Amino acid sequence: MRRSSNTNYFSQIFVIAKNAFREAVRDRILYNLVVFVLLLTGAAIFLGELTAGQEVRTIINLGLNAILLFGAFIAIFVGVGLVSKEIEKRTVYAIFAKPVTRPQFLIGKYLGLCLTLLVNTAVMGIGVTLALLYVGGGDRLASVWAAVFFVFLELCVLTAVAITFSSFSTPALSALFTFFIFVIGHFSSSLREFAAALGSAGAKAVFGTIYYVMPNLSLYGFRTQAAYGLLPDAAAVAAITGYTIVYIAILLSIANFIFSRRNFK
Amino acid sequence: MEYIVEIQDLSKDYETGFWKKKNVRALDGLSLSVEPGQIFGFLGGNGAGKTTTIKILMGLLFPTSGTARILGRDIADVSMHREIGYCPENPYFYDYLTASELMNYFGEIFGLDSRRRKERSAELLTKVGLAEKDWNKQLRKYSKGMLQRVGLAQSLINDPKIVFLDEPMSGLDPMGRREIRELIAELRSSGTTVFMSTHILSDVEALCERVAILRRGKLAATGRLEDLLASSEQQAFEISVSGISAVALSSFAASSGAELSEKPTGISLQVDSESEIDAALKAVRASGGKLLSVQPIRQSLEELFVEKTGTA
Repeated sequence: MRRSSNTNYFSQIFVIAKNAFREAVRDRILYNLVVFVLLLTGAAIFLGELTAGQEVRTIINLGLNAILLFGAFIAIFVGVGLVSKEIEKRTVYAIFAKPVTRPQFLIGKYLGLCLTLLVNTAVMGIGVTLALLYVGGGDRLASVWAAVFFVFLELCVLTAVAITFSSFSTPALSALFTFFIFVIGHFSSSLREFAAALGSAGAKAVFGTIYYVMPNLSLYGFRTQAAYGLLPDAAAVAAITGYTIVYIAILLSIANFIFSRRNFK
Repeated sequence: MEYIVEIQDLSKDYETGFWKKKNVRALDGLSLSVEPGQIFGFLGGNGAGKTTTIKILMGLLFPTSGTARILGRDIADVSMHREIGYCPENPYFYDYLTASELMNYFGEIFGLDSRRRKERSAELLTKVGLAEKDWNKQLRKYSKGMLQRVGLAQSLINDPKIVFLDEPMSGLDPMGRREIRELIAELRSSGTTVFMSTHILSDVEALCERVAILRRGKLAATGRLEDLLASSEQQAFEISVSGISAVALSSFAASSGAELSEKPTGISLQVDSESEIDAALKAVRASGGKLLSVQPIRQSLEELFVEKTGTA
């Protein structure tokens, strides 16, 4: 009996994403949550000395920055291995002999890690929420979740950067490059100011180009505002989300362009 | 006849060196076709280009030049993969999955519904001889032979029309090889074409109707196994006798050019043509020897392989 299949393009991507998520879970990636909870609990205990307002702000700052750093660590180190590990371990051989195209595989793996980061970020967000409720900072929750959303967007960009580098470079170098982008991306606006302040037109052009090519990660920095209970306006959220989607789409197109031409020796 | 695999003038260069200056030609103008319903043996020594060819067919490598079609469709057409299967050499799968989960995952990729995936997985894992108690063990705990069996099972999940097996017997013990050999024969009876690369010649002799022999990326020979063995067969006959010593036939051997050798059972006389048999028998009778047998000598596949690949 030969069955004709009715799967379509997107359900195959979903199957691959689901498996990538399972891989992350079985590789015990989510164990970092335990460390996070310990960190937060420890902080809540030792911060008892501070005044109520300071305590809330400190928990928000510490919690949100930890969510970003833990997530960045996963995005970089798991991200660079998403595809390269499969090539190195030759697990791609059986996959590409199935009716799966290279873009489907790349996007599926990418979405799988984004899903992992979503779960990771959400659980950490819940941790911060509980800590805040405990110290009586329940009025800042909306701001905190807005900031958590921005952190998640930033991690999605970072994962796309990692997967793009790893499509043509070794995992170690890719991790290093992605880390540089992570750092430089946060000083993106300084780059523009620096470019404007420079005298020579050549230098202006160079730094101006870097500014436009680099992801503007300072856009996602809503953590300090969240500590003061501020909320982003809807237009800004929409614009930043749009920027994120476009930036990721461009990166994945580049990664796919390179990946689709690779020989698996 | 419509061919199921058609390879035309396929070449592959690997670039080596830091600045990618040097090209190493792994495959050189390979042309070959496979008829449906057969077990096709793809032979050659290490580094002859067997795996390179199969990887090009599977879309894992891009050819430097030439074309190939499977089921009448260009190899770049990924939708054709719905109807083919592939088991890589020394297969390696996600080691965090169990055999059942891996089969389920690949079944999902083919869009099989959940009931069908379960059925198919159990059916195939049984067929390749994996004990049911191992189905739910993570693959990282599997031995090489067990992975090879999982590799075969997954290559059949979609009930393919043709399956490409790269060294399917490697890592298996003699019992395992026998089981897999039976499985491959069974595939053919159910109408599946099998394209298998191997250098285990006894498997080829037991299974393959047609073979292609590769040598340094070039086709050294292709055709029906029988024809290949017959065409390069030197007409020779072995006459076995007993009851006399080699000395008694030495003068005949010297005059006719026949080869004389002592065997545990007596004496063996090798002559090059049918016409020389009579003369030899006369000489045997004259010296009082007893005839045991007269047999034509066929070239073995091993000799053919050595002759065509130039390697021992």
